[in-house]
Amino acid sequence: MGVIAVLGEHKGGKLIKAVFSAVSAGKILSEKTGKELVGVVFGKDVKGVAQEMVEYGLKKVYYLDHPLLKDYTAEGYSSAIEQIDKSIGIDYFIASATTTGKDLLPRLAAKLDAGMASDICEVVSENSFKRYIYAGSIIATVKVNSPKIILSIRATAFPKAEKAGKGEVVDFKVEVEGFKKRYVKMEEAKSERPELPEAEIVVSGGRGVKSAENFKEYIEKLADAIGAAVGASRAAVDSGFCPNDWQVGQTGKIVAPNLYIAIGISGAIQHLAGMKDSKVIVAINKDPEAPIFEVADYGLVADLFKVVPELREKLAKLKAEG
Amino acid sequence: MKVLVSVKRVPDPDVKARLKKDKSGVDTENLKFVINPFDEIAVEEGLRIKEKHGGEVVVVSIGGKESTEQLRTALAMGADRAILVLSEVPLDSYNVALVFSKVYEMEKPDLILMGKQAVDDDSNQAAQMLAELLKIPQATFAYRINFSQDLKKAEVIREVDGGLETVEVELPAVITADLRLNEPRYASLPGIMKAKSKPLKEISLQELGIGVRPRIEIVELDEPPKRKGGRKVESVDELVDKLHNEAKVI
Repeated sequence: MGVIAVLGEHKGGKLIKAVFSAVSAGKILSEKTGKELVGVVFGKDVKGVAQEMVEYGLKKVYYLDHPLLKDYTAEGYSSAIEQIDKSIGIDYFIASATTTGKDLLPRLAAKLDAGMASDICEVVSENSFKRYIYAGSIIATVKVNSPKIILSIRATAFPKAEKAGKGEVVDFKVEVEGFKKRYVKMEEAKSERPELPEAEIVVSGGRGVKSAENFKEYIEKLADAIGAAVGASRAAVDSGFCPNDWQVGQTGKIVAPNLYIAIGISGAIQHLAGMKDSKVIVAINKDPEAPIFEVADYGLVADLFKVVPELREKLAKLKAEG
Repeated sequence: MKVLVSVKRVPDPDVKARLKKDKSGVDTENLKFVINPFDEIAVEEGLRIKEKHGGEVVVVSIGGKESTEQLRTALAMGADRAILVLSEVPLDSYNVALVFSKVYEMEKPDLILMGKQAVDDDSNQAAQMLAELLKIPQATFAYRINFSQDLKKAEVIREVDGGLETVEVELPAVITADLRLNEPRYASLPGIMKAKSKPLKEISLQELGIGVRPRIEIVELDEPPKRKGGRKVESVDELVDKLHNEAKVI
């Protein structure tokens, strides 16, 4: 019997938070199947990351230190996972649907001859899962017909695993051959703001914001005044107001903060797909017919250029008062 | 450079998909169909590569005869040839990748461009699976693609969490198009006229030697519960008061 393996994606020597949701999904499957839950961590000098991960109720965390695994590539990671599979047998491989998860898992599925369900939001049984299709308009229950199953999970749909007992970390030696791909560099968008998928509050701007300058002045300034992350609709990204990394929606990030403030966003299906599970939604738009109001708990029909500065001032004051 | 580009026929993404009454499938009656928007970006990129470096753009679709409409649109944009792999049933991502691997063997392109995901099933799998089946490199979520002078390598800037990542891949490779890669052109009237006489070859799955065994099966479809919204506030003061005292989120 093989194991359920969860990818320990990490950044700056620490697991990213979406990993804890993937561990939760792994625990659900472990309960349903009786299979052992393990973690897998790749990179250079990553023993510490493995030690962090193993405290979350995993039996073992395998860490693979190799110069060719220092920077992520689907080619390198999938070949390393194949070797773990040959050694211990992997029945399920799970990762969060980050850009790394999305890039890696299908390649891995083809390598391991496994079926894959993308971006699942529920584990129904040991081989059936729920996932959204058509930009969140339809929810499908899919059955995976293969002995091995690969899953990317929607982090907002699973709770974060808590610390629970401690297993062991295992130094797993791999042979990685060179591949026809080379990591060149990463241009990181430096920011003091909370990460979009993890933020308690998200302030998002859309086409109605009209320009990159306005986006800074109205959306980013409001976000910074209340310690929020910044999001954007696809239209805003398309119009060049802000980076793609801020896109919320079907083809961007999925978020579910306590408070989501949508400003100048009409509420296209593609955008709603990424934020409609937020606890409280506020919409500010001058068009009273905008579909965003249908999902908003509080809608304010107004000119954003008039009301956003006032909102910023009043929310900041409230925040300062604690 | 010879570029193979995927073209999937999908229902108009601007219309909210609904289920048939018996929930057996998506109600596509009265729906307009289009090229998957990310595939359209891939077609545009293929055309730009050809315009800069010469070569050929071959567009490939899998589906029923109706997919001819989307292939003709791609030909009208400027693609040279089209291949339609006939399949009456929709294929899962693995089988799509398998079909493309067979077409790859027939065509031997230097580059395969695909949309990063199809906006109907939102799987985001086929391109990466194809790269593995062919044992060639992949670069997903492309923001920019540049080639080395000898056209043997591509430098791809990728849209990833936290910023932009640059990778270099040896060709042939599979690259998927993200939103900001380019702005697709509209087909011109002469383009549309020319497209009518461009070659469009139909091939069956049997001819490609593929017996489809689905790895993923849809067992149930449903519409998610609707979120109840629609309440309005009259002023910023009222909004701030509600957020603080009623919703207690700030």
